[in-house]
Amino acid sequence: MSGVQAPERPAQTARSPVRTVGLWRTVGALLRKELLVELRTLESVPGMSLFAVTTFVVFHFALNRGSVEGDLAAGILWVTLLFAAILGVNRLFVADADQGGFDGFLLAPVDRSAMFIAKVLTLLAFLVVLELVAVPAFALLLLGTPLGPALPWLVVTLALGDIGIAVIGTLVAAMAVRTRARDLLGPLLALPLFVPIVIGGARAVSPLLVQAHPPAPAARWLLTLGLYDLVFGLIAYALFDFLLED
Amino acid sequence: MAALEVEGLARHYGEREALADVSLSLADGQTLVVFGPNGAGKTTLLRVLATLLRPHAGSVRVLGSSLPDEAWAVRGRVGMLGHEPLLYRELTARENLRFHARLHGVGEERVQELLDAVAMGARANEPLRTLSRGMVQRVAVARAVLHDPELLLLDEPHSNLDPAAIELVAPLIGAEADTAAADPPVRRRTRVICSHDPGGDIARADIVLGLRAGRPALLRAAGDVDVEEITELYR
Repeated sequence: MSGVQAPERPAQTARSPVRTVGLWRTVGALLRKELLVELRTLESVPGMSLFAVTTFVVFHFALNRGSVEGDLAAGILWVTLLFAAILGVNRLFVADADQGGFDGFLLAPVDRSAMFIAKVLTLLAFLVVLELVAVPAFALLLLGTPLGPALPWLVVTLALGDIGIAVIGTLVAAMAVRTRARDLLGPLLALPLFVPIVIGGARAVSPLLVQAHPPAPAARWLLTLGLYDLVFGLIAYALFDFLLED
Repeated sequence: MAALEVEGLARHYGEREALADVSLSLADGQTLVVFGPNGAGKTTLLRVLATLLRPHAGSVRVLGSSLPDEAWAVRGRVGMLGHEPLLYRELTARENLRFHARLHGVGEERVQELLDAVAMGARANEPLRTLSRGMVQRVAVARAVLHDPELLLLDEPHSNLDPAAIELVAPLIGAEADTAAADPPVRRRTRVICSHDPGGDIARADIVLGLRAGRPALLRAAGDVDVEEITELYR
């Protein structure tokens, strides 16, 4: 991993006057580019949001009941957010693969981990916007209890879930994007890895989505989510450079 | 001092051999022109030299560093202009160059200087998808030389360019590096150019390499090469 290699690099000499760029400056440049491309194309976030709202509408009619709560509500919310997230994961590296962005990045004297960090932050930003749309729509269309009192812990749980989805999604998208079947391979690889997030997220949120809910979700599910984020964060950080390699 | 030292280079894609037994040496400031029909391995050779592909056999030293182990020491000192412009279609010319300038630690003033140099100042704020191929190629030339690379790798650099644009980009990708602020002020730039135009490009070359099916069919000083020999490579 280049982050490990960096200290071994000799100081720049007159023979090699290359400018190296710091990790966070590179992350900033990449993040700015990602958000600019999304603002121009509107390819990911609107599609993700529309998918989530449409799914809630379908559930509203398919379940043939006025409202849901508890386990059912938590399951519907997390599964819908997960499938919406897959749409963003599938698009995450497409512009880079199709328009030579990978090569442009690989030719620069920068730490390759910067691309991993920038993509995770990009996907996190997409997920936050998705949830700003999807959670109110869920409360309006399906939820039988007021969302307000549950909101602080719901935000914490969603944040922990989002980090896991962003890290795993970035890793899987980088693996899939250079294959011919990338639209199929991405979800096939991602969904099994997302299962623990759905379980942890839904179990944590489920007690909050009932009339008389406890003040906080069970700590073990939040810890499970946090631990899963950490483990996959380290795995993805260690593997990402190799995925960019020829 | 040799800018490029290649010995027994081989590279394959799966079972298919793309390059085999390629050996050459190029001194600092020299220009190597590579000829060969489509699929002869020219682009693969450039991508290996650019550190984008790993050599599968042989040794490759670029600007004094061994590939792939010391690839990090080469990145940022090489400029590549390939078949793809390596630019984002939804971003403007200015945004694309700014992005690459940040990746290479180059200042904003260089972006404007290059936009002016390739006569794209007036259309610099339009998304690339709205520009003609020739205009995109001019922006790609600007991207390739943005960081004033020591080694330029050019894959048919004049494709999509009209005669006026070819004249426009000539100083940027020419043998003399654009180093007004450097000491000494003018230095020769090392270049590898893939070409299909023996008539025009032998004159630019110090050394000529002819590839056929991934193997060297010709490697000689440019002065000793006849256009007819190059034409023969394509038959």
